[in-house]
Amino acid sequence: MAVYSTNEFKAGLKIMLDNDPCAIIENEFVKPGKGQAFNRVKIRNLKTDRVIERTFKSGESLEGADVVDVEMQYLYNDGDFRHFMMPDTFEQYQCDQKLVGDASKWLKDQDMCTVTLWNDAPLSVTPINFVELAIVETDPGVRGDTSGGGGKPAKLETGAVVRVPLFVQQGEVIKVDTRTGEYISRVKD
Amino acid sequence: MRDDWQPTTAISALRLRANVLDCLRRFFWARDVLEVETPLLGHACGTDAQLDFFSAQYCAPPIQETLFLQTSPEFAMKRLLAAGSGSIYQICKAFRNGESGRYHNPEFTMLEWYRVGFTLTDLMDEIAELIRTVSVPYRTLEAPQRLSYQDVFVQYTGLDPLVFCVEAYSACAQAKNQPEALNLCGDDHVLWLDYIFSHFIQPFLGANAVCLIYGYPACQSSLARLNLQNPLVTERVEVFIDGIELGNGYYELSDAQEQKSRFEAEIAERQLKDRPDVVMDERLLAALETGLPECAGVAIGIDRLLMVLSASKNLSEVINFPFDRA
Repeated sequence: MAVYSTNEFKAGLKIMLDNDPCAIIENEFVKPGKGQAFNRVKIRNLKTDRVIERTFKSGESLEGADVVDVEMQYLYNDGDFRHFMMPDTFEQYQCDQKLVGDASKWLKDQDMCTVTLWNDAPLSVTPINFVELAIVETDPGVRGDTSGGGGKPAKLETGAVVRVPLFVQQGEVIKVDTRTGEYISRVKD
Repeated sequence: MRDDWQPTTAISALRLRANVLDCLRRFFWARDVLEVETPLLGHACGTDAQLDFFSAQYCAPPIQETLFLQTSPEFAMKRLLAAGSGSIYQICKAFRNGESGRYHNPEFTMLEWYRVGFTLTDLMDEIAELIRTVSVPYRTLEAPQRLSYQDVFVQYTGLDPLVFCVEAYSACAQAKNQPEALNLCGDDHVLWLDYIFSHFIQPFLGANAVCLIYGYPACQSSLARLNLQNPLVTERVEVFIDGIELGNGYYELSDAQEQKSRFEAEIAERQLKDRPDVVMDERLLAALETGLPECAGVAIGIDRLLMVLSASKNLSEVINFPFDRA
């Protein structure tokens, strides 16, 4: 794997730190006019998702991490593992429930998502930004309400619960932003 | 069509720069300080182990020579002082290789001035007055602050910068959740001071005010005089606003012998650190031997000053074509 100097650190670069794959978020060059140059680097640990800050002497280098984001199709959940497939090669990957984490509540069979692979093993799963899911359970709305003010909880087919406007009914399909978990709109057939 | 031909600055930033330069020139005109120009391209350069220079090839076959882009106009200006110029200032470009970031551009604009007969205290008064004068139309700064390096160090960390104790320094970094400092600084006192100052102190200096820090440890200042009362510290001052370092000044060293031995120490340090070889400025040494008048001098980074005046977050908001568009 390639080695990267602090001078090459930029947002998105994947490197190995303390034996974990990490992504650079921000790299600040800190240099007193008459002193040693440092790089203060904000780094996300891709295993734990924790963000840390670490200082390096300018010019120090770290090994790159073999981390790639791959578009895959979500297939099914067998109880222990979630299964994904590369749409072009049909190669399948199984992913521990723990690694899927919060993404699981947005995963519907056959939907596309992004699987991050580290040394060809799944590291994390990111749902697409907008998903369309059916409401399986919500209180009947008050007729005539079109403002959307207030809102009510609605349970979706994947298990996620989102706040929807009062006029949205059980059985309807809605569009949700997975990054914020917010209702966007109803989806008309 | 590519759009990186455009400046990264708003037109208002161009006006800000023009107005500030005009204001600086009036300031020095009123005080009878002479504007000068010195070469950007020279046969020698600064030896500071922390500064990297750009070199360029002079080519007039069969003559071929390596020249250096100046990291500051300091040496040439001191030669003018030794020749009897009296107080002088210069607004020019300076070049530092490998320095690029939010607060760094490898080519930047510097204001440097020398005051014959000034002590460091006189110089600090003038720095504060200059910044107050240029900032009036843009920002209302609070009263200037003046603190010794040692006091500010104790205030923020509880550590004594003049007495090195690796356990205490390391415990401080550990408590601030930066255990990597120990690995990085080892038993290098100067490196520890740079680390602690830049990480734990500097960000808090000069919140909406000019903050002048004086009395730097002797191990950190190559061109300043030692303090007569306390030879552990030097007659050096640094200027900060909003945690940003704006400049550095000295009560200038005028002893040619002392200067020569400091150059040699720096050249040895450069070799140890595997930095590119430098050429010692023999002409400066000759000028110092002839006699530099008693004087104090300071350099202020104009681009950073413009950042502070316009509350910008990045040099690219005040430099129209920063490094990646130059």
